Amino acid sequence: MYLYEIRGILNAEVIAGKSGMDREVDFAFGADLMSDVLAFVNERTVLLTGLTNPQVVRTAEMMDLTAIIYVRGKRPDAASLELAEENGITVMCTPYTLYTTSGMLFSAGLKGIDELGVVG
Amino acid sequence: MNMEDMVKLNYRVCPEDFVKAGDASSNTKKVLKKLSIPSDITRRAAVVTYEAEMNIIIHSVGGEITVNISTKKIEIIAKDWGPGIPDIDKAMQKGYSTASNQVREMGFGAGMGLPNMKRCSDEFLIESQKGKGTTVTSTIHITN
Repeated sequence: MYLYEIRGILNAEVIAGKSGMDREVDFAFGADLMSDVLAFVNERTVLLTGLTNPQVVRTAEMMDLTAIIYVRGKRPDAASLELAEENGITVMCTPYTLYTTSGMLFSAGLKGIDELGVVG
Repeated sequence: MNMEDMVKLNYRVCPEDFVKAGDASSNTKKVLKKLSIPSDITRRAAVVTYEAEMNIIIHSVGGEITVNISTKKIEIIAKDWGPGIPDIDKAMQKGYSTASNQVREMGFGAGMGLPNMKRCSDEFLIESQKGKGTTVTSTIHITN
């Protein structure tokens, strides 16, 4: 699924990495626990989170994640946005909660990482 | 890079410095990318370095991370000066954590750090002495 499609589905605002909207992702992963992101996730994945500290962007950088979507109307701080721009990570904000955001993307065909067999 | 060439990186990591957390890992990753190391290997090395960096910041009185890069392998040595891990077997269990609430609110301290470092390594060694400190050595082989 392309990032511009995700923006449309989630009625999201793009606040960093605007030039990378034509990139495609295979999976989404929702978590406020960065330890789990570091343990399970791979590239071509979009992270859905409500956690807004710079460590979220650092984690995305280490894992080569394509995009971060902040849910529940949360907005990251300026340091996070700067880090995201520096590393070519697209950042979006959506007013929907994590559950609703996940459901909307899943219904539209974006899969979770469960089928990779990396969790558990 | 010639066979004899070796790149050595060294970073001082200060306790509870959450502002700079990730700087050492970020820089290491950029160097590996510049050296054209395959992306999956770069990612594994980045995860090991990042988990090590967070561990030193969260748990120790301070330490340093050394990264040795040759054409054949990446060696990441994370060394701190205390307080040491009382029970390494417990620390290696998924989900076991002694992290503070502050750290958990930042999204860390889930007890996944050391097991995840081991998972990303081809060779993994952890030594700890109470009162003296902990040294974690991770080796990742470079295969194309």
